[in-house]
Amino acid sequence: MPHHQLIVVGGGLAGLRAAVEAKASGLDVAVLSQVHPGRSHSSAAQGGINAALANHPDAHDDTPEKHAFDTVKGSDYLADQDTAIQMTKDAPGVIFEMDHWGCPFSRFDDGRIAQRPFGGAGYPRTCYGADKTGHYLLHTLVERAYERQVKMYIEVFVTSLIVDEGRCRGVVAYDMINGGFHAFTADAVVMATGGAGRIYGNSTNAIISTGAGAAMAYHAGVPAEDMEFIQFHPTGLLTTHILMSEACRGEGGYLVNGEGERFMARYAPKAMELAPRDITARSITTEIIEGRGINGEDYVHLDLRHLGAEKILERLPGIRDIAIHFEGVDPIEEPIPIRPVQHYTMGGIDTDVDGRTRLPGFYAAGECACVSVHGANRLGGNSLLETIVFGRRAGMAVVADLEGGSAGGGDVSAAGSAAVSAMEARVAELASRGADGADPYAIRAEMIATTRDYFGVFREESVMRTGLETLRRLKERCGGIGLRNAAGVFNLDLMRTLELEGMVDLALCVAEGALARTESRGSHSRTDFPARDDERWLVHTLAYYTPEGPRLEHAPVTLGTFEPQERKY
Amino acid sequence: MRTVNFHIKRYDPARDAKGTSRVEAFEIPYETSLTVLEGLFHIQEHQDPSLSFRYCCRASICGSCAMYINGRYRLACQTNVLHLHTDEVHVDPLPHLPLVKDLVCDMDDFFAKYEYVQPWLQRSSQEPAKEILQSPADRHKLNMPIDCILCGACYSSCPSVWTEDNYLGPAALLKAYRFEVDSRDEARKERLPRWDNERGVYRCHTIANCIEACPKELSPTEGIQWLKMAAVRRRLFGRAK
Repeated sequence: MPHHQLIVVGGGLAGLRAAVEAKASGLDVAVLSQVHPGRSHSSAAQGGINAALANHPDAHDDTPEKHAFDTVKGSDYLADQDTAIQMTKDAPGVIFEMDHWGCPFSRFDDGRIAQRPFGGAGYPRTCYGADKTGHYLLHTLVERAYERQVKMYIEVFVTSLIVDEGRCRGVVAYDMINGGFHAFTADAVVMATGGAGRIYGNSTNAIISTGAGAAMAYHAGVPAEDMEFIQFHPTGLLTTHILMSEACRGEGGYLVNGEGERFMARYAPKAMELAPRDITARSITTEIIEGRGINGEDYVHLDLRHLGAEKILERLPGIRDIAIHFEGVDPIEEPIPIRPVQHYTMGGIDTDVDGRTRLPGFYAAGECACVSVHGANRLGGNSLLETIVFGRRAGMAVVADLEGGSAGGGDVSAAGSAAVSAMEARVAELASRGADGADPYAIRAEMIATTRDYFGVFREESVMRTGLETLRRLKERCGGIGLRNAAGVFNLDLMRTLELEGMVDLALCVAEGALARTESRGSHSRTDFPARDDERWLVHTLAYYTPEGPRLEHAPVTLGTFEPQERKY
Repeated sequence: MRTVNFHIKRYDPARDAKGTSRVEAFEIPYETSLTVLEGLFHIQEHQDPSLSFRYCCRASICGSCAMYINGRYRLACQTNVLHLHTDEVHVDPLPHLPLVKDLVCDMDDFFAKYEYVQPWLQRSSQEPAKEILQSPADRHKLNMPIDCILCGACYSSCPSVWTEDNYLGPAALLKAYRFEVDSRDEARKERLPRWDNERGVYRCHTIANCIEACPKELSPTEGIQWLKMAAVRRRLFGRAK
């Protein structure tokens, strides 16, 4: 039974940053990932990473405090202000560190890291590497993890936590290459498995972004925080929902409706296309609902043609490749058909500013966590920042806690064996129903259509009630799922069946949270409650797992620096 | 309804002898658009749950799904059946690599060789308080190699890899090149002996299959030739880079 002081689940930016940090302090660290870490969804991030470096000629007086204000205002004041301030304060240092580790940021003429304007930001402070910033950051951290000799278990699929005497002591995982379930025991576990985008049928996210880590924590009794806040990115490619970076608009791209009009003038006359994502996504959706989509259909155009071939090839080469390959459109010649699509999970595992959760020995960082710095709406360029800042902080917290003697101590092999046996029994039960059981792919298909159609950009009570009833029925059907293929290696049927119930559970958290919150805030926009209601709803939602469905509680938001005010852009 | 036929090379270590494989055919509905990856998911969900393949981003950036499709190296996610101009789709795993199952290859050697070239920025100077300055012209030198997604297509396509187990191959050498041309890198002699030898750059015979195979349209050959010249400059003239 492999044992490590720290096990990190997930090899994306947050997980690797935590691992590299803890390893540098001498801990025995292992990363478990269902894909090679270089293939993690972090690689799909495009536009950039925010930090108040003040490198841009228009940003000489930018500061972390101003970055924190933009973040809190963007969050519609639901972000915890102390954590937002911490993130923006840490930001310049972690960016310089990524540069020292070799990240190929684009450069200004004077050799400093280039920065571009992004939505909802008062200054151009988004550092970038062309439009492949996530790919470059991720490969830089993969390289650093190899250099530091971080142990990597590649293509192991984590299925549950090992909890012994009230403390997280490791995980159970399916070995995709050799088959079988194994216990990986540890003194501490950092969960860094990314967002839950794939609970929606129209997501920009990678296929593996199923929310598995958040679901495991939720099942182990750690509350899921603010799950109703789902970000819809304004510009997803029409047919495949692949992301067209906010950098397209940061570099000057236009949003144009069927009447050839730059309609953002109606919704955000000052910021125009660079309004925050929630506002821009609502504006596009409104144009479509009111019949001003292209040819009256449900999309609008992202027009880059006026930027010219040279700028597109230099700053947005990846966007152009994706548009050509996946939509058959060359942005140099034609406008790109886009519409708002699910993009980011603001909510997640409830953690403090150092990644600690209520379960001793269990930490979380990155999109699977809710620190919370994004509140009700994340600003573009803050997610990459969150992964590195809070991945690092979680790594530091584990080091401090283990040095402080809060390690689990005792022998955990019995608990590990029991957890493996429980998982094997679960698989045997699923397999015993086989093809006679409920079809997991039919349940998945109905779930992702329900979230998409009933919990989208605009929400309303009667619609959401219908959606919630469907999700509850799907949850019941999960109890009778059949596993058709129980044996063998690289068993996709096994993994995709095991992950399904957690996805439905998280969808229920989204639904219950959205129904309960009778106000509009950030990405959560209720047509029946169009105003923000600070008196009643300036609170976080905490969803606790029960077999009957999520039990909701509320917790105060940390304020104190920036007074909540109306958002205007 | 229109359908297309997928012919998939199958291998299951539990039933097939090592080195053998079968081809199985599946008929898939084609509506308005279908990528090869979507077709594979359709089969796995509705026809044969035991089908194995790698996937992640479905947006041609993660490098998981490189396969050999209708006689060419392609990313399954980036390949629309429409553009194949046929209703017969032949899907093989990356050729010349050992198999784990079906379309999943064993990439252990590939990543061991990647690690062997020490693919990380090496510096001895005291780090500045801010970023290390790098001119746009120096940054431009990185444009090609940093777009590698480590999908393995080049490695699978290289005859020198097929015939010499120890050859590092185009992807690892492209990574070595990426750090050699980075103005911030200060490895002087440390990395050189790892590629300046028979298992390194001199095993490349400029066949250039890698260029044709690369789904990101990169040129490992160009990087390898640059390394050869750099090695000569260092050996003959004692230049640092």
